[in-house]
Amino acid sequence: MELLNIDNITMKFGGLTAVNNFKLKIIPGELIGLIGPNGAGKTTVFNMITGIYTPTMNKIYFQDRDITGMKPDKIAKAGIARTFQNMRLMDNLTVIDNVMIGFHLHLQSNLTSAIFKFPNYVREEESIYHKSMELLEKVELEHCKLEKAGSLPYGQQRKLEIVRALATGPKLLLLDEPAAGMNPQETKELMGFIQKIQDDFDLTIFLIEHDMKVVMGICRRILVMDYGVTIAEGNPAEIQGNPEVIKAYLGVDVDYA
Amino acid sequence: MKKQNEKIFTLFALIMLVILVYLAEKHLDAYKLRILNLGAIYVTLGISLNLIYGFTGQFSLGHAGFMAIGAYVTTLLVLPSYYKEMIYILEPLAWPFTVIHAPFIIALFLSGLFAAFAALIIGLPVLRLKGDYLGIATLGFAEIIRIIANNLPNITNGALGIKGIPEFTNLWWSVGVAVVTIYIIKGLIDSSYGRALMAIRENEIAAEVIGINLTYHKVMSFTISAFFAGVAGGLFACLLTTIDPKAFMFVMTFNILIVVVMGGLGSITGTVLAAFLFNFFLEYLRPIEAGFQIGPVTMPAIPGLRMVTFSVLLLIIILYKQKGLLGGFEFSWEGFFHFFNKLSTNKKSSEGSTK
Repeated sequence: MELLNIDNITMKFGGLTAVNNFKLKIIPGELIGLIGPNGAGKTTVFNMITGIYTPTMNKIYFQDRDITGMKPDKIAKAGIARTFQNMRLMDNLTVIDNVMIGFHLHLQSNLTSAIFKFPNYVREEESIYHKSMELLEKVELEHCKLEKAGSLPYGQQRKLEIVRALATGPKLLLLDEPAAGMNPQETKELMGFIQKIQDDFDLTIFLIEHDMKVVMGICRRILVMDYGVTIAEGNPAEIQGNPEVIKAYLGVDVDYA
Repeated sequence: MKKQNEKIFTLFALIMLVILVYLAEKHLDAYKLRILNLGAIYVTLGISLNLIYGFTGQFSLGHAGFMAIGAYVTTLLVLPSYYKEMIYILEPLAWPFTVIHAPFIIALFLSGLFAAFAALIIGLPVLRLKGDYLGIATLGFAEIIRIIANNLPNITNGALGIKGIPEFTNLWWSVGVAVVTIYIIKGLIDSSYGRALMAIRENEIAAEVIGINLTYHKVMSFTISAFFAGVAGGLFACLLTTIDPKAFMFVMTFNILIVVVMGGLGSITGTVLAAFLFNFFLEYLRPIEAGFQIGPVTMPAIPGLRMVTFSVLLLIIILYKQKGLLGGFEFSWEGFFHFFNKLSTNKKSSEGSTK
């Protein structure tokens, strides 16, 4: 059974077709990469999966359940988490608060017990705190738990955003350009980190990335988009040799003669 | 610092507050008491606006409307029935308002509930809007409430207003309500729900994508905010003993907004401080309207000069402290004692150096 089944979705903004007939089936445990030149429609695909946009045509199924048009918070509850290309942290909240917010969708205590700090709420809050600290330890951010998220260095902010996504307890994790703005050393660490969390949390990961080293290094299956259309799909070797892909990235020779 | 100790200190501070209120009620004259009462009511109003604007990040300008609802509900419930027959000159008061009656505390509570109910109805469609648009929509709501009040003479006595409302509000009530408001809203802010509200303020899309139901949390914050605005409206009516629709013009909302911005968005301590400062300034700047002399320059008596001076003071605060007097700062016992420890060690070290 596939975890995610995207059935030929199309997204139109007025007269512009951002994504055209995109289809993809993801099996549990996969690590899939989505690449393509700027403006190819990659992030639009993520936005449709997470409910920020509703596809103009056709449907998305997650664990055989139609999630097309569901609100983002319901989709998060169903088990899809994501990060953003231009990070979206709660800059003025502390690092630990940023992670604890991720647990909000699992909250059992009601509003009254939260306001008046009933014992069941206090217990739940403590357990969330410990779980958040464990997550922070995995990315070695536990020492700056009380710092504002916005004051962290860039690379650590990226890690924090991934940790916050993990806190929601997802089955499918979408990473939108996790290596953007990282130096080669950080990128190398990130590749290890992605593979580690996939094993530790039993995740299926779908990522967008411009850094070919990352995509070719950790993804078994890669999709290539250009102008809203999927132009190739296959393993890294197949993608590297695909003339369509080379054309999309480098252009074609034009015979001026 | 231990939690247990903090509770003891808080209890101690509350006892001090009770003694202060007792002394104030006993020794201060009606004029000073009025200012203190207004200050305490503004604490309730400011904190409730801070919840929706400062903590949840939703720019709401509907507070005068919620206050008006609360003020009329309380008034209709506490006015004695023989008196109701007397004052409704334009049109007699409609049933069931002629017979209903409730003690002050229940009237206040119902005021809050009615305002909260209005917030629920208006909030569901309106809270989809963002930023300035939300501000304009909620401002419109407040104006609608005011105009309804103006045009329902058989309930609100129309533009004539209602006079002779029993003066139930004293410092016990106004300060008591303010303390309860602080306790409940602080409790909310410090909880996981408060964290979700601040997450919405910080980044709405991210908040939604990690599973926070935007509609539920915004409407919840808006409704709780309106509840306390309604209660404050009831207190307000029973303090002034007279209300009419003009009292709830948008200027009322802006006064509350000034308190919140002056104190610092997202700071409860700041709102408390600013609420009292605001009312003190408004009163103690009165003498400058009577005309005064600085050296050779004689200032003639200009009505309204007080508001000009006040605006200038506000400009200065906002220019030099964009985040308000206490932007982001929150009182804590830990910080309180830390401050005094540092002060005494500084003193000791300076004494040591002079010897």
